[in-house]
Amino acid sequence: MVGFRTGLQIGVALMAAVLAAVLLPRYLELFTLINATVFVSMGVLALSLGLIWGFGGILCFGQTAFFGLGGYTYAVASINFGDTTWAIPLALALPTAVAAALGYLMFYGRISDVYMGVITLTTTLILFKFANSTAGDQWKIGSSPLGGFNGIPGTPPLNVPFDPGTQLAPDQIFVIAVLCLGLCYAAAKLILRTRFGRVSVAIKENELRAELLGYDVRLHKMALFAVGGFMAGLGGILFANCVFVSPTMFSLSYAGQVIIWVLVGGIGTLAGPVIGCILIQTLTTYAGTLSMIDPNLLLGALFMLAVVAVPKGLLPTATNLLAKLARRGDES
Amino acid sequence: MDYAVVVALQIVSGVATLVIVSLGLAVVFGMMRVINLAHGEFLMLGGYTAILASGQGINRWLSILVLPPLVVGLIGAVVERVLIRRLYGRMVDTMLATWGLSLAFIGGVTMLFGNSVTGISAPFGSFGIGRFHVAGYDMFLVLASVVLSLIVWAVLKLTPAGLIARGTMQNAEMAAALGVSPERVYALTFAAGAALSGLAGGLIAPVSGVLPTMGTAYIAKAFITVITGGAAMLTGTLVASGLLGSVLTVFTFLTTPVFGEVALLVMAIVLLRLLPRGITGRFLRRAL
Repeated sequence: MVGFRTGLQIGVALMAAVLAAVLLPRYLELFTLINATVFVSMGVLALSLGLIWGFGGILCFGQTAFFGLGGYTYAVASINFGDTTWAIPLALALPTAVAAALGYLMFYGRISDVYMGVITLTTTLILFKFANSTAGDQWKIGSSPLGGFNGIPGTPPLNVPFDPGTQLAPDQIFVIAVLCLGLCYAAAKLILRTRFGRVSVAIKENELRAELLGYDVRLHKMALFAVGGFMAGLGGILFANCVFVSPTMFSLSYAGQVIIWVLVGGIGTLAGPVIGCILIQTLTTYAGTLSMIDPNLLLGALFMLAVVAVPKGLLPTATNLLAKLARRGDES
Repeated sequence: MDYAVVVALQIVSGVATLVIVSLGLAVVFGMMRVINLAHGEFLMLGGYTAILASGQGINRWLSILVLPPLVVGLIGAVVERVLIRRLYGRMVDTMLATWGLSLAFIGGVTMLFGNSVTGISAPFGSFGIGRFHVAGYDMFLVLASVVLSLIVWAVLKLTPAGLIARGTMQNAEMAAALGVSPERVYALTFAAGAALSGLAGGLIAPVSGVLPTMGTAYIAKAFITVITGGAAMLTGTLVASGLLGSVLTVFTFLTTPVFGEVALLVMAIVLLRLLPRGITGRFLRRAL
């Protein structure tokens, strides 16, 4: 059922994930390793947008809403339960449900692309403002204060399931994060091979035609959007594990960065967004150490350049170049 | 009784603020179908122009009402020439590019002026209604919103330039055949929209204070207003401002400003679910 090519791609991705999980913790310092975990968690976020934008045609400007919701739910639930085991399903279910609800309002209202972008962006901005305003003792969920601008610094790291006493070390969390990224990639690839995935791509290519052929466009879009919300929530949980949750997870600059990663990496690919994410993260981390240039300025300039100069993204441009070179090699 | 009057005045000034911050966006989006995500930063630049000018000892009215639209209009013209022009007809790409622009402006201004709030004192002081005080400047904003809407309406409806602009937006090729250069019309319209945004920034600077990220506080509201308004840009913006501004102010009074904004968003999403083409997609279709 799964084609050879898809199988190969999934195999290579999983192999790379396992290799990274085995090798990197041996050679990287702890600080670099934690940073790498952050990159990987954002890679999951980038993948979620790459899936719904590149293969469903849903340009969500506020994918960070689900990322942040996942992180916050995880933090609040695990503080309340005193155990992270049941916090995880909850933190995956909430963003998925919110995505489904938002998707219902947008797709069943048949709001056009552009309006959808604005609504999703506004959603994440409102969450950002709300999370920022929750400073003080009156803002608590159960025993967990929400912390306003400071977020929840005491976000507990994952523990061994049903054993809250044994917390995982940062290198173990890195292994989990990398494996999650690999599995998400595989899952996305497999979803695209199913009937549901094929119909989603068809809708992206020509919505009217898909509808006239009898497919329920609204339902497919909503479902794919919910899958994206699920993945973004997973990214949020991983992020909460290596840093801690704070309103910046919802912020405009994060929301903007996700789009840049996908755009730079290449829309319509799944590996591209992850590659774009890690490249640009490395670059911004480096830019953050420069005191001369404001990172926002650099990002903004990069963003404009990407739209104007490489509208297809790095990965497709590179594959095209390689294909051309190969063809030339064959001819000569 | 006094309290009711004060609340009513607050609602009116909330609506007026919404009209002021949305008008520039409405012109650019309504006329050109360009989603300008750097709109908030145009406001911010207008605010900075006002602050810097009044810091230099320039007359307060000159620095609030005259310089911001001039400076930001000029910046808008440059942006159109360098960036927007390459992307006409590619709506999503335009959106992304202007978002990049917005980030770049925030970064640039942070580098130049630092990440701190600067203010400018509001003219007029306040007047009393019974036990309460109302800021005179809020009432000035109401007046300004009315005057601005009238000016936009008059320019579009009564002047030859407005006629040409509307004609070009309807059918650029036909306009070109009649000897109008669509490129110039687009450039001027975008600059005019930017100038309106700059003026808005100057107008709200005394109320809101100015900092590099101030645009993000307004962009969401402005967008929601324009989009809920729908196709008829001026009428739509006014009606949507009236509706959403009232919801915002009432909920702010009842709860907190944050819940006011949440109520505004929820209201807008529900409205768009019911009227996907905005308010003027269903009602008042033929209005401007």
